[in-house]
Amino acid sequence: MTNALSRLLETRDWLMADGATGTNLFNMGLSSGDAPEMWNEEHPDRIKKLYSLAVDAGSDLFLTNSFGGNASRLKLHGAEKRAGELSRISAELGRDVADKAGRPVVVAGSVGPTGEIMAPMGPLTHELAVEIFHEQAEGLKAGGADVLWLETISAPEEYRAAAEAFKLADMPWCGTMSFDTAGRTMMGVTSEAMVKMVEKLENPPIAYGANCGVGASDLLRTVLGFSASGVERPIIAKGNAGIPKYEDGHIHYDGTPDLMAEYAIMARDCGATIIGGCCGTMAEHLEKMHEALESRPRGPRPTLEQITEKLGGFSSASDGTGDDANAVPARKSRRRRG
Amino acid sequence: MSDEEDDIILSELDDEELVQQMMDDLYDGLKEEIEEGVRILLDRGWGPYDILTKPLVGGMTIVGADFRDGILFVPEVLLAANAMKGGMFILKPLLVETGAPTIGKMVIGTVKGDIHDIGKNLVAMMMEGAGFEIVDLGINNAVESYLEAAAKEGADIIGMSALLTTTMPYMKVVIDTMKEQGIREDYIVLVGGAPLNEEFGKAIGADAYCRDAAVAVETAKTYMARKHNRPPAEA
Repeated sequence: MTNALSRLLETRDWLMADGATGTNLFNMGLSSGDAPEMWNEEHPDRIKKLYSLAVDAGSDLFLTNSFGGNASRLKLHGAEKRAGELSRISAELGRDVADKAGRPVVVAGSVGPTGEIMAPMGPLTHELAVEIFHEQAEGLKAGGADVLWLETISAPEEYRAAAEAFKLADMPWCGTMSFDTAGRTMMGVTSEAMVKMVEKLENPPIAYGANCGVGASDLLRTVLGFSASGVERPIIAKGNAGIPKYEDGHIHYDGTPDLMAEYAIMARDCGATIIGGCCGTMAEHLEKMHEALESRPRGPRPTLEQITEKLGGFSSASDGTGDDANAVPARKSRRRRG
Repeated sequence: MSDEEDDIILSELDDEELVQQMMDDLYDGLKEEIEEGVRILLDRGWGPYDILTKPLVGGMTIVGADFRDGILFVPEVLLAANAMKGGMFILKPLLVETGAPTIGKMVIGTVKGDIHDIGKNLVAMMMEGAGFEIVDLGINNAVESYLEAAAKEGADIIGMSALLTTTMPYMKVVIDTMKEQGIREDYIVLVGGAPLNEEFGKAIGADAYCRDAAVAVETAKTYMARKHNRPPAEA
């Protein structure tokens, strides 16, 4: 398989991804409530600026401004018919920036969740989910994305639907889930369970991992869970720059650039190959992260204690893996089913 | 194992066992069994309000606690809420007919500028599962939208949700407007969303910040009990 990401992975033992999209766009004047994807058309200069911020800070890959660019999300703005087109433009702008970088930079076509709960619990059928993801995938492909990049997924069903859609589009891809509920995804998926799910896919991703979630500490605990599986597939770590705090009427993320540099080093020591940030991660964070990844040597895999010492405490005592996996007694059904 | 695999005949259970079994069935998300249980209790002369509060709300309380404690996750909770809904569908007209007290009515929506609705949808589903009436205002709600709906529907609770740090301050706009209009005390105001915390809830003058859907249900029940100034419903 030859694509820009796989080629980079052959020659490098770590890659730096980008940081926040939303936080940066809000700083550039995006109004909350507006679809960021509209800016691909209305303010292409600002979107290129967003991409350049990552490239200039040393990122080897960046995600396109198409996270909410699927029909299901765009419907909230009456733009459901424009999913393919807006996604295509986001990738075209990315192609332009990457090709001028003077070094190999991967354009990763961002694909976010549909925001719907999947059948039978919710209204979204597997077939429709595949169709929605496929439409966006084709748009990103037409715009010149090197790979597709599924992110912030909670439900394994949705991850599988995207995998199927990306196969239809014949595109290599990466996919991360968001572990934000007691160390699991909102739908209860542990890091261990994600590895098993990924390895069973007919069309597995080039790399898999975690993004967003709670804070840097939680994210690294999840990465440790991935690497404990011993699976060779490269791991992605894209954590938030700390936790948002509300002070004197405005919000800031409490993760400093120095803390994110520490996080980047520890993510690599935890076994991650592709390391970046998510919400709150700005250019100054990326610069420090890049500097640290370049200049500091690899260390042994950190323990949970070392993670909390350097990056702060976890949001929950357990994340449902390892010795904890069976610690919670499953309540026994007294009724015969079916 | 062997005796556990025997099929349970709900109609052969006495009232106490049946209530217990229905709570288990709710936990397991067995909709048809819940519907059957509700019908049996009605046939035995139970009042609709007692059926609502004892096996159903009682059962959902356990589901909510295990969700809060990280034992159950969203898929299981949705199944349970769906089973609960099956029971509620039978009970609702009877509750209206008998003039039984309602558990509470909530208008809920994401605030102006915020289009992220999955958290709000989960809260709505779980609140419904717990017997609350829900008026879902959808996404991107201005202050007028909340207040008009709350007045029109005679709501007890206004629920606001935000996923973005840029939209959460709008909650304060809604609460400040309520104060200006002198209607702040007419409603219980609950707020939630990933970037919020308790300090924020206090700072903007909400009654409570709810960390997740299970906490929202528990908090709503506590405030409703206070509002009615009566002990939690007993037979």
